[in-house]
Amino acid sequence: MNLPPIIAALRKHKAGVVLIALQIALTLAIVCNAIFIIYSRVENVQRPTGMDESNLLLVEQQWVGAPSGDDAASIQKQDSMLREDLAALRAMPGVSSVTPINTIPLLNSTWGGAVALKPGTDLRGGDARTVFYYGDDQVLATLGVHLVAGRNFNAGDVTNKAFRDNSEPDVVIITKALADKLFPKGDALGKGIYLNGDTKPSTIIGEVERLQVSSNSSWVSAFTWNSTIGPVRLNSNFARYAIRTKPGQLDTVRRGVSNLLYRVNPMRVIDDEDGVRSFADIRAEAYRADVGMAVLMGVVCLILLAVTAAGIVGLTSFWVGQRHRQIGVRRALGARKIDILHYFQLENLLIAGVGAVIGIGLAIGLNLLLIQNFEMDRMPVVYVLSGLVVVMVLGQAAVFVPARRASNVPPVVATRSA
Amino acid sequence: MESMLAYYLRLGVRSLRRNPVLTVLMVLAIGVGVAASMTTYAVFRAVSANPLPDKSAQLFAPLIDVWGPQERGNGDDIPDAFTYTDAMALMRDRKAARQTAIYPLNHTLIPADVSREPFYVTGYAAYADFFPMFETPFVYGGGWNREQDDARAAVVVISSQLNQQLFGGANSVGRSVRLDDHDYRIVGVMADWNPRPRFYDVNNSGGFNDPPDFILPFTQAVDTHTDTAGNNNCYGSAGRDPGWDGWLRSNCVWVSLWVELPDSAAVQAYRDYLQGYGAEQNRAGRFHWPPNAQLFDLTQWLQHEKVVPPETRMSLLLSLGFLLVCLVNTVGLLLAKFMRRAGEIGVRRALGASRREIWTQYLAEAAMVGVAGGVVGLLLTGVGMLSIGLVFDPEIARMTHMSVGLIGLTLLCALVATVVAAFYPTWRAAHVQPAWQLKSQ
Repeated sequence: MNLPPIIAALRKHKAGVVLIALQIALTLAIVCNAIFIIYSRVENVQRPTGMDESNLLLVEQQWVGAPSGDDAASIQKQDSMLREDLAALRAMPGVSSVTPINTIPLLNSTWGGAVALKPGTDLRGGDARTVFYYGDDQVLATLGVHLVAGRNFNAGDVTNKAFRDNSEPDVVIITKALADKLFPKGDALGKGIYLNGDTKPSTIIGEVERLQVSSNSSWVSAFTWNSTIGPVRLNSNFARYAIRTKPGQLDTVRRGVSNLLYRVNPMRVIDDEDGVRSFADIRAEAYRADVGMAVLMGVVCLILLAVTAAGIVGLTSFWVGQRHRQIGVRRALGARKIDILHYFQLENLLIAGVGAVIGIGLAIGLNLLLIQNFEMDRMPVVYVLSGLVVVMVLGQAAVFVPARRASNVPPVVATRSA
Repeated sequence: MESMLAYYLRLGVRSLRRNPVLTVLMVLAIGVGVAASMTTYAVFRAVSANPLPDKSAQLFAPLIDVWGPQERGNGDDIPDAFTYTDAMALMRDRKAARQTAIYPLNHTLIPADVSREPFYVTGYAAYADFFPMFETPFVYGGGWNREQDDARAAVVVISSQLNQQLFGGANSVGRSVRLDDHDYRIVGVMADWNPRPRFYDVNNSGGFNDPPDFILPFTQAVDTHTDTAGNNNCYGSAGRDPGWDGWLRSNCVWVSLWVELPDSAAVQAYRDYLQGYGAEQNRAGRFHWPPNAQLFDLTQWLQHEKVVPPETRMSLLLSLGFLLVCLVNTVGLLLAKFMRRAGEIGVRRALGASRREIWTQYLAEAAMVGVAGGVVGLLLTGVGMLSIGLVFDPEIARMTHMSVGLIGLTLLCALVATVVAAFYPTWRAAHVQPAWQLKSQ
């Protein structure tokens, strides 16, 4: 089997060749970018937050008619309501631990700030950006994060302050990622750091293995693992509680928790829809756009491949029909069935190969466009190569049906007039 | 001529029925391509709409560099909100025809009827100019006036929905509502009003939420120490005094500002004024950097805040590429289909049919494929509309729906796309050499 006759034949139907090559090129460009998008979205979604994500609930509620000021009397009143709720929740059957919390990973309600190694550094770019979590001495147990160095908070560490009060806690636990960034030598424990440009240091008493910040937007991508936990009950006329239930008790606790809180104090509002959410709900909500995009891209890829395959089948069938007699002549002159089959397969390989070469260029161009406009990353070569394999295989699969029909053309056709 | 067209259409139907698989392939390809484009376009159109088309050119969002270049590091934007101090300074100077500072609020509404449970309401703190600036329609009453702003009056404008919920839709002007621990006198009930994207709040929210339940005076909200329900970005807290007053005096940004500037002279004057304000703060030693002021009109603001989600633009781009592949595919299939009948064309030409007639005949056949593709596309667009919620925000999904315009556009798009795709195959068909074809028969 040699190429010159194939190329000579292809020159007879330039339009069809160009169309198939173009279609393959476009398909390759779109498919490998789409697969890359799917992969990066899925990779994003599958990152663990560092918490034990099962058996975790978040309750959001607001007191009605509670003092909203930040004078000492109002704060003490708010704090006593908060502690009353905590006591009731901790006594609830099926609950294993509870903490008040300002936000949790993926909630997209973010309390961001800065960490510096010098006092009063009025600079966000100081040493590191971070996101603050405030809870009490049960915060690590409730979130299910692993302490890898130092000690946990104890009841004596826990303080309370008004929501708007900007004083910083005396002690903090930070993530290992943040500790390593601030103290590359690994000696973070016991060191003082200055939060939000404070002039008074907060001492690092412990490090947790991993805890994602509370947002999954692109603006936090530079500090996704830089979390700081402070032992503080924040007082305001609203509160969030994270609840870890005993295994298998999630649904029971979830159903009962609103009523329990209403019994403790009826003067409050807990939203029917979003007041009590499992962490699985919060995660699904946070990543809905990513998952949706991945599904959309997947569907588009499949349909696109199907359309392209159909196009190849259609055009090749036409060529087979057109060359019916020539095939018969070749068969009469001694070509075997397999030779005819190979002819069409090789022809397709040639066209698809040219299309794929153009497609690689288009794929890289499209990737550059996406980088420029959508903060996408550069596509690794492996995606282009796998796209290449996919379209070549697709071409061969699509050409097989008409090529086999061609190979079944009997030699006797040559003797008939067209 | 008309009877000829009918004849061509009949011929077309016959030809399409001769290769049903090829025909179905073409119709499906067109349908799928058009449906994907239309669905994503519907979403794109919904999120990129101009919320106030007749007024948008006169509404501006100013920004000033309150944190200085050092904070921004490399190439970030200046903060997209104001500190309380600067917002109040600009409000006091009244250099625009109209101006309002705005921030979002959450309250618990406590119904007068004690048997009803309290519920959450969301709204905004704004100035009297808010209503005429944004052309808020009212069913009852109206906004408050500037004197009431200055008097820090406990008045409120409520939405028609809240009015329905509390007063059964009756005229409630003069009655009062209790939000947390304060009573407010209702001065107006808005008609259904929810410009989307909600341009005046896109720096706090996605911009496609349900309409606000209430709007009350900014001065009153500050007096009652009501926190912002939106973003509050602070640049360090060193030296900040505790409590509410400390927060008001801090460099935290949380106030949005909108001004109405009727003509280009006013725009230039306001730009100069902002620049001058920055210079003055620099001289006063508050800003240690050269003044840097920006003024966005409404549409520029929506772009600046990247209101159209990247998912939307990306999927629009993707589906256009998809449509392109479907079209290339259709060109190929039509070419195959038409050229298979080269012999028939040769006979017709030899019997006196002009090229023009061949053109008409084959374009008519392609147009039928287009119409069929359009109908399939319409059905698939319907399916696409139902599944928008899987990919996009539910708030955005709720905004997109089948409209007469979209149905028309889908059919038109399918028809035009197919006819354009048919151009080359038809040209080839019309240029079949009759002598050649007859000879090879």
